[in-house]
Amino acid sequence: MAKSDSPKNDLQGNLDLLVLKTLSNTGSLHGYGIVLHIQRASDELLRVEEGSLYPALHRMEQNGWIVSEWAMTDTNRRAKYYKLTAAGRRQLEKAEESFDQLVKAVRAVLRFA
Amino acid sequence: MAIFSRIANLFRRTQVDREIEAELQAHIALRIDDNIAAGMSPAEARRDALLRFGNRTTTKERVTAADATLTIESMARNVRYAFRQLRRSPGFALTAILTLALGIGANVVVFGVLNAIILRPLNVSNADRLVQLVQKQVGFNNQSYPDYIDFKTRNTAFTDLAAYRLGFAGMSSGGAAQKYMDYEVSGNYFDILGVQPALGRFFHQTDERGPNSAPYVVLSDNLWRTRFNADPRVIGTTVDLNKHPFTIIGVAQKNFNGTELFVWPEFWIPIVNEEQIEGYSFLVKRFNHGLYVIGSLKPGVTPQQATENLNAVAHQMTHEHPTEDDSLGARLIKPGLMGDVFGAAARSFLTAIMVLAMLVLVAACANLAGICAARAADRTRELAIRLSIGSTRGHILRQLLTEAVLVALAGGAAGTIVAVAMLGALSRWQPIAQYPIHVTVVADARVYGIAIVLSLASGILPGLLPARQVWRTDMMQAMRSGAAAPGLMGRFSLRDLLLAVQIALCALLVTASLVSLRGMERSLHAPMGFSPQGAMLAEADMQMAGYSDKDALPVQRRLIEEAARVAGVTAVGTIDQAPLTGGGSSTPVYRDGTTDFRNSNSVAESKYFSISPGYLQAADTHLLSGHDFTWADSPTTPKVAIVNQFFAHTLFGDTAAVGQHFFIGGGSVRYQVVGVIEDGKYDSLTEDPQPALFFPVAQSNEANTTLVVRSQLPPADLASALNRVLTGIDSSLPFTLRPWTDELALVLFPARIATVALGVMGLLAAMLAVTGVFGMAAYSVSKHLRELGIRVALGARRMQVMRSALGRPIVLLLSGSVAGLLGGVLLSRLLAYLVYQATPRDPLVLLGALAAMTLVGLIATWIPASRALAVNPAQLLREE
Repeated sequence: MAKSDSPKNDLQGNLDLLVLKTLSNTGSLHGYGIVLHIQRASDELLRVEEGSLYPALHRMEQNGWIVSEWAMTDTNRRAKYYKLTAAGRRQLEKAEESFDQLVKAVRAVLRFA
Repeated sequence: MAIFSRIANLFRRTQVDREIEAELQAHIALRIDDNIAAGMSPAEARRDALLRFGNRTTTKERVTAADATLTIESMARNVRYAFRQLRRSPGFALTAILTLALGIGANVVVFGVLNAIILRPLNVSNADRLVQLVQKQVGFNNQSYPDYIDFKTRNTAFTDLAAYRLGFAGMSSGGAAQKYMDYEVSGNYFDILGVQPALGRFFHQTDERGPNSAPYVVLSDNLWRTRFNADPRVIGTTVDLNKHPFTIIGVAQKNFNGTELFVWPEFWIPIVNEEQIEGYSFLVKRFNHGLYVIGSLKPGVTPQQATENLNAVAHQMTHEHPTEDDSLGARLIKPGLMGDVFGAAARSFLTAIMVLAMLVLVAACANLAGICAARAADRTRELAIRLSIGSTRGHILRQLLTEAVLVALAGGAAGTIVAVAMLGALSRWQPIAQYPIHVTVVADARVYGIAIVLSLASGILPGLLPARQVWRTDMMQAMRSGAAAPGLMGRFSLRDLLLAVQIALCALLVTASLVSLRGMERSLHAPMGFSPQGAMLAEADMQMAGYSDKDALPVQRRLIEEAARVAGVTAVGTIDQAPLTGGGSSTPVYRDGTTDFRNSNSVAESKYFSISPGYLQAADTHLLSGHDFTWADSPTTPKVAIVNQFFAHTLFGDTAAVGQHFFIGGGSVRYQVVGVIEDGKYDSLTEDPQPALFFPVAQSNEANTTLVVRSQLPPADLASALNRVLTGIDSSLPFTLRPWTDELALVLFPARIATVALGVMGLLAAMLAVTGVFGMAAYSVSKHLRELGIRVALGARRMQVMRSALGRPIVLLLSGSVAGLLGGVLLSRLLAYLVYQATPRDPLVLLGALAAMTLVGLIATWIPASRALAVNPAQLLREE
């Protein structure tokens, strides 16, 4: 996460989830684009640390959840684009479900007076 | 599958590397574009993009790590780097490798011997089903032939039982006879083992048709090659064994050496013909226990079931033969170790040596850990810098570990090579000329496996110790001062502790060797009941010349008379088998008045010998009361005996033994004691006092003859004179002339081996300690060189300089030595078990150990000390 200002939003396990969701929404995107999307979609609240994004992307590719290919951006730069696979879609569903459960559980504890 | 892409990535490494670099580059480029589009200047845009991205190198490393998670690639990189680092500090590398080579080499040798003696089975196909049948009493391993037949026919647990005996026989083909060790085996021996002949055929049960009915001999491959020049036409020809003709019917295969692991007799003959070889028949009497019995378990039968079955049979036999088979029982043991006689002692000795070798290895590991720690401390600055530019602690740790493992493998390989060479030499060694002893300790897969395991373990464990230091490194502190983190316990660091441990172990091992050396020396001078110095033995093998027990006496008498005539000879006598030469029989002894002669009624089991008049003088055995035998004793005069003091005491208590009577063996003959002699050693130097009996040769019909000649002549002269005398009497009588001191070789063999082994261990330990102390002293001096220079410049005297430089190592040396010596004293029980009469409370031992450790300290600190003294302050202060 960004070092100085924002509170410690520990994205650890959820980075995968965000990336998969981003790719499912946008189809095919490169790393920089994913960072921008997450930033925008969370109203500037979440800023992905780029140092952890790329290892995660490569890891997910090794696991078979996303595939990559080199292509030209609209500004005529070569970049590596990532796309979701069927396995990735299944993983996305699973991750979303477990995140929902986590949120529910935490809320329940907080509401418990 | 994902794993395949990972493996594939390994091969496309540089391409993947470039791709990742390109991808990250692209990311930054895109951001720069956006920044410029948002209005920043190109320089600003670039700076912002790079800042936001963070540490590109680290990211790249982490991405690469995510890809090549098989880490073979990173391991290869680590190995190459480690190799370079080690090459840059050859001193460290060599010391460490040498240390480990010593430790691992020692253990590999010990394990190799252990493997050969304890773990290796006999060289036959069904070795796992073979067992040896011995008596219930531990140490009593022989059976009698009639008992064997009963066991064989009545048991239900074995496919078959075979019997064999080891003996000596003279083989001649018309000319002089040469003595060999042989097997006398029952007809089913080869069938039970499932072996096939290489040439000709073996004999079988069908060939046995009664006593002396099967004069066949099967040669060993070695004998066939050495004596018969591997001539295949030898099958069917006859040779004389102890002057009786036997036909050669076959040759055994190259790798078959019988059923004993360490002794390889040269030929096999059927046991039914043993009378021709041995000169008397031991097949008939039920109480004549002279055979080993082995059997092959039926499939599915466990040793426990077999033992029960055998005991049931034994019970029947006791019922049928209450006197001879009294308290007969059965036990099963592993075959091949001479009825376990060597086995038990060898096993306990080997275990002890293995423990000591392990200690040496632990010391070596401590040494290695110390060196590694010193090295890590040295590189604190370098490590700190690496940590600060983004290397992970894990990475650095893996680095250190790789270095340690490399060193360990190199040391292990060096040690193993030397060890294997030593094992090979041991295999070719024939320790005692007369017996065909072969200790084959060839290194097999198990030995190499152990070597690898030990190498890895001794690399990884010490390598992990500096890890703690790495973990706790405070970067800023380290970069500034370059000093190591403060130690564990106050003023002494982990390194010091390791060194102290090593020195303690060394002192322990040195003490152990000294103790055993002293013990050995003492046991050599223990009273044996005779004086071997100045006496020569002439073993004349009467059976080989064809004499039977009954015809031997006149020849023996003539031998004595002729030998006595040789100038310079002071005393001559004969004995059937000299004490401490590895032979002799024993018999149960009964008090006068006993009527029921079963084994449990006996008072003692006593060794017995046949001696001529004059033997006591020749052997210099002191007669305490009564008188020696005379030539008047004959088969018709009353039976007499001379006993030793222990016997007299056991049988007759404090009353005078001379004139009293006793019975032996079958109980048919009553003996009168005519003399009492001093106690002595009969089987081994380390035995407890035991009773011994001596019969006049005229009354005992014993053809085995050893002439004992005492003289002041030099051995060579005496030998040639005796040679003339003996050949003059009977030119075909084979005999061996040897000084009695030489004959004791067999008996001293185990003690010698023990001493050599312990001495070697002690030496290894000392070498390790020298290395360790030297390392620490040199390190300490080099670290404090600057400080020493300042002190000298300020006017410190030599002693003060030495004290500050070497103070710590010396303190450790002293404390370690004291601890080790105490440990050695505490281990006295273990050591006494190993070596007879070994007590560490011997002042000579303690002095010796202290002297040794002092010597170690002196050698080790010599160079660093002289370096400290030669310090030139002006030069030092100018340098860094």
